[in-house]
Amino acid sequence: MQPFTQHTGLVVPMDRVDVDTDQIIPKQFLKRIERTGFGQFLFFDWRFLENGGDNPEFELNRPEYDGASILLARRNFGCGSSREHAPWALEDYGFRVIIAPSFADIFYNNCFKNGMLPIRLDEAAVNDLFARAAKYQGYRLSVDLERRTITDQHGLSLTFEVDDFRRQCLLDGLDDIALTLEHEEKITEYEQTHGIV
Amino acid sequence: MRYNDVNIKITKPRPVVAPYIAESKATLARPTVAALWSENIAMTTKQTPRTMLDKIWDEHVVRYEPGQQTILYIDLQLVHEVTSPQAFEGLRISGRRVRRPERTVATVDHNVPTTDRSLPIADPVSKQQIDVLRENCRQFGVKLYDIDDPQQGVVHVISPELGLTQPGMTIVCGDSHTATHGAFGSLAFGIGTSEVEHVLATQTLLQQKPKTLEIRIDGRLAPGVSAKDMILYIIGKISTSGGTGYCIEYTGSAIRSLSMEQRMTMCNMSIEAGARAGMIAPDETTFQYLKGRQFAPKGKDFDAAVDRWKRLPTDQGAGYDRVERFAAADIRPQVTWGTNPGQVVDVGGKVPYPADYDDPAQQKAVAKALQYMGLTGGEPINSIAVDRVFIGSCTNGRIEDLRAAADVVRGRRVADSVDAMVVPGSGPVKRQAEAEGLDKIFTEAGFQWREPGCSMCLAMNPDVLEPGQRCASTSNRNFEGRQGKGGRTHLVSPAMAAAAAVEGHFVDVSQ
Repeated sequence: MQPFTQHTGLVVPMDRVDVDTDQIIPKQFLKRIERTGFGQFLFFDWRFLENGGDNPEFELNRPEYDGASILLARRNFGCGSSREHAPWALEDYGFRVIIAPSFADIFYNNCFKNGMLPIRLDEAAVNDLFARAAKYQGYRLSVDLERRTITDQHGLSLTFEVDDFRRQCLLDGLDDIALTLEHEEKITEYEQTHGIV
Repeated sequence: MRYNDVNIKITKPRPVVAPYIAESKATLARPTVAALWSENIAMTTKQTPRTMLDKIWDEHVVRYEPGQQTILYIDLQLVHEVTSPQAFEGLRISGRRVRRPERTVATVDHNVPTTDRSLPIADPVSKQQIDVLRENCRQFGVKLYDIDDPQQGVVHVISPELGLTQPGMTIVCGDSHTATHGAFGSLAFGIGTSEVEHVLATQTLLQQKPKTLEIRIDGRLAPGVSAKDMILYIIGKISTSGGTGYCIEYTGSAIRSLSMEQRMTMCNMSIEAGARAGMIAPDETTFQYLKGRQFAPKGKDFDAAVDRWKRLPTDQGAGYDRVERFAAADIRPQVTWGTNPGQVVDVGGKVPYPADYDDPAQQKAVAKALQYMGLTGGEPINSIAVDRVFIGSCTNGRIEDLRAAADVVRGRRVADSVDAMVVPGSGPVKRQAEAEGLDKIFTEAGFQWREPGCSMCLAMNPDVLEPGQRCASTSNRNFEGRQGKGGRTHLVSPAMAAAAAVEGHFVDVSQ
């Protein structure tokens, strides 16, 4: 997994609550057997018109957000299905950070497995970021996972909470399976004491 | 009080044997999945009152270090074709094996056609995904209930049916509706594909213990009101994120009086309230359901298992992190009007207006949902006409669901303007329904009678809504495009869906 230490990037605001994983990656694209290449299908039904062209109304298609790598979202982002195709699509499209007041549990967890940092901030802080993104053209944020800070060039400085274990895994780009297998003897011991042969 | 008077004695730890593995092996070489317990359940219960989640969690801790995630043992992993290919590929790339193939069970459900199974699968991409699962199961030694297997069906229907799902187990699947299995008093939740690979490789997961939310529903449901109405009502009250971070335990007299199938419907939609897991304490209803099932313990082993299972329910005095209470008598048949399951109203009610909400974000979301749904607000629910009806899914594709729908349909005709289909949740559900003559009731009324699978719950197979079509659906999600791009989904119970099919619009089946 790619490590995540610091990231500075363009912010795209997505002012919608309850964005579900069916919108992030519609089901017709779940038939692929690879982990890669999902970015082209990200937000497909919102992003493209019936004729296949870009929907100019959709946030990601606006020229000022071209190249955005930080998604600013509203509450309960990523609700619904457990499909990891959702973070795969966001990551493949180019996102490294998602900021929202709340995330659905499975989606939140899936992000960390793919080198992407989901950040929970309180509603007021998220509202402030939306206001700043509207005020400053080409609004950029810098995220430092080591120091747990978010800063901009206009005096903003925030700290955020993240579970220590997940933070360390992301900083080091650690593979969960390899980590767990360091304790394989404990698994074997568990199986032996529980009659699992 | 039934659970709290179980006399829990401190017993000496003794080696735990696998009481019914041998029998399972006799019936089928694999899988041999058993919820195996050590005696420390009984020991620690004496000390501190614990919730059912505490007991199952404690029993499955392989390694706990403060500041790190717990390594939790997983008793059973269910696998389907959509969320597993990349996990098996990951194993191949890193040269790992499936640690416990006998605790891994696969089926094909999301992509399979529900029409004539003797024909080849028309969609080459769907076919490839199914073929890849076959090859992965063959290569890694995993039992697969394939498309031609008499037990094939929706993964959350077949596992309980086979008796694989048992109280006290930890169960995962790359599917958010894994919460279904919590109906048996197990800890069951959906995971992403990276975690599927983690469980395949290690039979464990790295987890943080969720908080506990007791949802207590007391009293009696009115006739015509089902578990589906109860869970939709609850989601309407606590919202689609109300359970985020929690494991829900459903309690109260209204829950105790539910059949196992209705309990599964409740737990199934826990994720629609944001909770990864929902659970219901096992009781006589649970034990009777399990008795005699293929992978359930047999004879004396069954009795011993029941003794263990009876220790599972939450102890008197154990506290939940949060409690919500509801009265069954308040619950009417429910119909969703919007694009998430929390946007729901009584069948006698009206579609709301954005201005009915205080929160500006909510107003905006409601306006957007109404626009997508082709509604303006203020419409009586009963006036909304439907084009399609779908009865099936892991939420409502079991035999009791089909019986409830057939009771409404019997002797009547599907409205001319409606295209209606019934998709049984599994092969056994289909055969049982046919033995009872339900298929005739449906087909004579003008319903299509299909082969088992997920079908139009998520429309990965050819069963898809056309843009603008409005559907009464017994499934679990009414997200935009869920049943087909531009399709408009109203979630309802099987009886409500059946009534909408014959009337051509929503009606109150409790009247």
